[in-house]
Amino acid sequence: MIKLLTNLDRRWIFLAMALCVAVPILVIGLTGKTIPETPTPLAEAFFNEIDTAGESKGRRGHVLLAFDYDPASAGELSPMAISLVHQCAQRGLRMYFMSLWPVGPQMIDESISKVIDRHYPELVYGEDYVNLGFKAGNEQVIKVMGIDLTTEFRTDTKGTPLQQIPMMKGMTSLEDFDLIAEISAGYPGTKEWVLYSATQYNIPMVSGMTGVQAPLMYPYYPGQLKGLLGAIKGAAEYESIVNVWVREQKFAEALVAGGMDEAKAQEVAAKLMDKPAQVSTWTESAEAADLDPKTKAELITIATAPIPGEFLEGQRRMGPQLFAHLLMVLLIILGNVVFFAQRRQGGRS
Amino acid sequence: MNATSEPMTGSQRAIWAVVVLVIVALVIVRSMIGTGMGRVYVEQEDMAFVQLAASVDDASESVSEPKWVRTNSEQGKTYLDRNPDANVIGWMEYTQVDPKAYFVQEAASANASTASTTTAAAGPGPIMLSWPRTIGLWVAAFFTLAIFSFLYRDNPFYKFAESVVVGVSAGYWMVIGFWDVIVPNLIQRLNPWFSQQFFTPGMELPATMADYWPNLYYLIPLILGLMLIMRLVPKCGWFSLWPLAFIVGTMAGLRMVGYIEGDFLSQIKASIIPLYEEGSVTTTPFRTVWSTIWASLANILIVIGVLATLVYFFFSIEHKGVVGGTARVGIWYLMITFGAAFGFTVMGRIALLAARIEFLFDDWLWLIDPNEQRTIVESAVGLLM
Amino acid sequence: MQVLTRSIPLLITGLAGLVMILSAFFPYTSDWGKIAGNFFNIIAAFAFVLGGGNLLKIHLKKVSDQSEGWGYSGVILVCFITTLVVGLGKLGAYPNPDFPNVRLSGETQSSGGFWWAYEYVFKPLTATMFSMLAFYVASAAFRAFRAKNFEAILLLGTAFIILLGRTFAGVLVTGFISPDGPLGGLRLEELSVYVMQVFNTAGNRAIMIGISLGIASTSLKILLGIDRSFLGSGD
Repeated sequence: MIKLLTNLDRRWIFLAMALCVAVPILVIGLTGKTIPETPTPLAEAFFNEIDTAGESKGRRGHVLLAFDYDPASAGELSPMAISLVHQCAQRGLRMYFMSLWPVGPQMIDESISKVIDRHYPELVYGEDYVNLGFKAGNEQVIKVMGIDLTTEFRTDTKGTPLQQIPMMKGMTSLEDFDLIAEISAGYPGTKEWVLYSATQYNIPMVSGMTGVQAPLMYPYYPGQLKGLLGAIKGAAEYESIVNVWVREQKFAEALVAGGMDEAKAQEVAAKLMDKPAQVSTWTESAEAADLDPKTKAELITIATAPIPGEFLEGQRRMGPQLFAHLLMVLLIILGNVVFFAQRRQGGRS
Repeated sequence: MNATSEPMTGSQRAIWAVVVLVIVALVIVRSMIGTGMGRVYVEQEDMAFVQLAASVDDASESVSEPKWVRTNSEQGKTYLDRNPDANVIGWMEYTQVDPKAYFVQEAASANASTASTTTAAAGPGPIMLSWPRTIGLWVAAFFTLAIFSFLYRDNPFYKFAESVVVGVSAGYWMVIGFWDVIVPNLIQRLNPWFSQQFFTPGMELPATMADYWPNLYYLIPLILGLMLIMRLVPKCGWFSLWPLAFIVGTMAGLRMVGYIEGDFLSQIKASIIPLYEEGSVTTTPFRTVWSTIWASLANILIVIGVLATLVYFFFSIEHKGVVGGTARVGIWYLMITFGAAFGFTVMGRIALLAARIEFLFDDWLWLIDPNEQRTIVESAVGLLM
Repeated sequence: MQVLTRSIPLLITGLAGLVMILSAFFPYTSDWGKIAGNFFNIIAAFAFVLGGGNLLKIHLKKVSDQSEGWGYSGVILVCFITTLVVGLGKLGAYPNPDFPNVRLSGETQSSGGFWWAYEYVFKPLTATMFSMLAFYVASAAFRAFRAKNFEAILLLGTAFIILLGRTFAGVLVTGFISPDGPLGGLRLEELSVYVMQVFNTAGNRAIMIGISLGIASTSLKILLGIDRSFLGSGD
């Protein structure tokens, strides 16, 4: 056995890894079941920071969404990016997209088409969101943006001068943003934004990043970074927070449309969210007596509607993650067994 | 990794041939089951524009510029009715749609032909199979498999795919650099008239020449940029030293301030923390105590860790006695740090692999459908029927 | 020649650095920093051209010499030039609907041949290349991670905590510990957070402080002309 393991062709390890990833994907894809997520404080902090963006200035939050990644890291980061846009869109924040990576605009387009075009088509380009595109120069771009926005970004990706875009009115430098939300795959990324904008101008900043970078950025939390999502686990946690919250918001919206006052609606929505399965029983309770049948039907639809697949990408990916991690642990243990067995044999001879 | 680069033997060639044949056979079988696989559908929209000639509005005495409007807009239609010879420009625009939209359209047309009532397809235009995108999808699947084939051993498919990525990405950066930076930030500033005519029609021209003159500062980056490219010319390489000096100088200046402020000072500040901290869980007295112990312990361990690791990095003193002991603790912290880095790196890499396998299973083979691109919602079909 | 290749570049470096430093501290000089940064970013775009040119030079030579593997160099050249032509000419890309008569006015990346090259060539190739590392990291885990001494055990133990604690495995393994009890912090998912926020933060913070001092001193050396290595070994 030990001899077999010692001479194990690494291609068998490759095959094991491929199976550990492929089989769960197939099973999850066919059954639609995902593993439950319990959010950690960092993901909650990330969510809360976006939730309260702009509140200190008493205005609709202006969020700079910097997507500094490319397809090579999209497997980890695009679920974060999609949930981020999802939260911003539902919260009604103004979204300013930009990138320091040449392929970043493609990542921005993907998030816009998956979230805004599909689920929030009422948002207007130029008033609710704008795509400023890519600029070369890495951290120097951040430096210039800190002093003046239009020196570097003269037009959006469509070629419209920034002066003609309604939501750019009054935006002169980085300090005019309420929050910077960065999705980063390396250099330039989180570190550069922390050093040259968050620290220098004291702008609140949150960041999602790849697993490789995450441990290196932990020291910035909670001082210079207000929230941090690391790798696919961070993405899955944040995704689940956003999905729950969005459903709660939809309950509240339906209740307000049904004639309930806003504070009460939020309270009831939170209660309904605790037990979505019992919404239909609630609609027959005394508390819901004032609601018209249409609102009740809508509440039940919201409670039972499945979450769209694009908002579960991160949680789906945690399945293969689980099995691959177990394989890694097993491999390390097996490797050590072989090592100690050989050492003992060596000692004996 | 290069242990397998020796030429292939006859039997290895045979293995390769068998593997390729098996993959091809499986794909053929898959394509015949159910709705098939690997097709991309698009919705076609006719984008036609008519140019409205300059006109004078008598009431306000304002002159409107000639402008372009869609031929299917109210304004465009009436104008075109009155001026059939007007200047018209157009193209077909294709938007990718989920295959299920095509299936619904097919079901509707099949229904219409039997029921003799005509139902117009929803959306701006007909949905059809896109050959360029379908071929593209298969090319993408081929490249994905070609790269994965390296896991077995080095081979010409992998080498081909590797060469393609080198060539395409170099071209890609250049194109992006040109259109996203050089055009709007350099050409538009130096020659706004030319740029407006060909590249950036939306940008405004400088109102007066006095507004224009400051733009000539931008001759400096143009010259420095050209000097940088001179590096490619033998014997003129030294030209590139000037832009290089500029790059190195600005970076050094920027980084010096940034790192001192953002990393050095801020991180020291972040390490000066109270060693006693009240816990966040305060539901019962018992839990308050424990929560406080965990929170305080965390702060104490952070302070000890930063100091001990810094001592380890301090090589000017010999690591003996107390210093040696502290440095040893620093090493422990570093080991935990590296272990965490390893764990997180593994996590990241696996997510990337999962994404690629999802592409093969979902977009290409149509085995799974997490985003419901092909699963027709029963009621939608029912409504049409 | 010494003036052109040494003195002037050193002067440029010093001045450019000085401008950047001043602009961080004095509001009056911040515009200088803005202009210098803006110039830098334009030159950075030229660097992309330089990269492409370099590639062209190397592989043209390989093809003309017919040196080993020149066929692949040919593939590189064909792909490079095709991407360039398609992208610079915006072949197949839709113009801006506000200016339908200006053919090159549309977005570069979202339609046409250039988009195709991204979606079906660039994206699958780069993404798959990076995903291959999952296999190699597994192979390395089997071969290289040995619990030889206490330090190595610390490293391995942390890796286990992270690998298990950051997936559902953590809940499965230590789910029996009550999250509300005094030992709730020992649940793997809690422990992984603790490791990251305490030990990892402390270790990386010390590394950060060290590196920042290193970068500051190297930058200073460059600006003062003490470190001239970037100018090549012409002295």
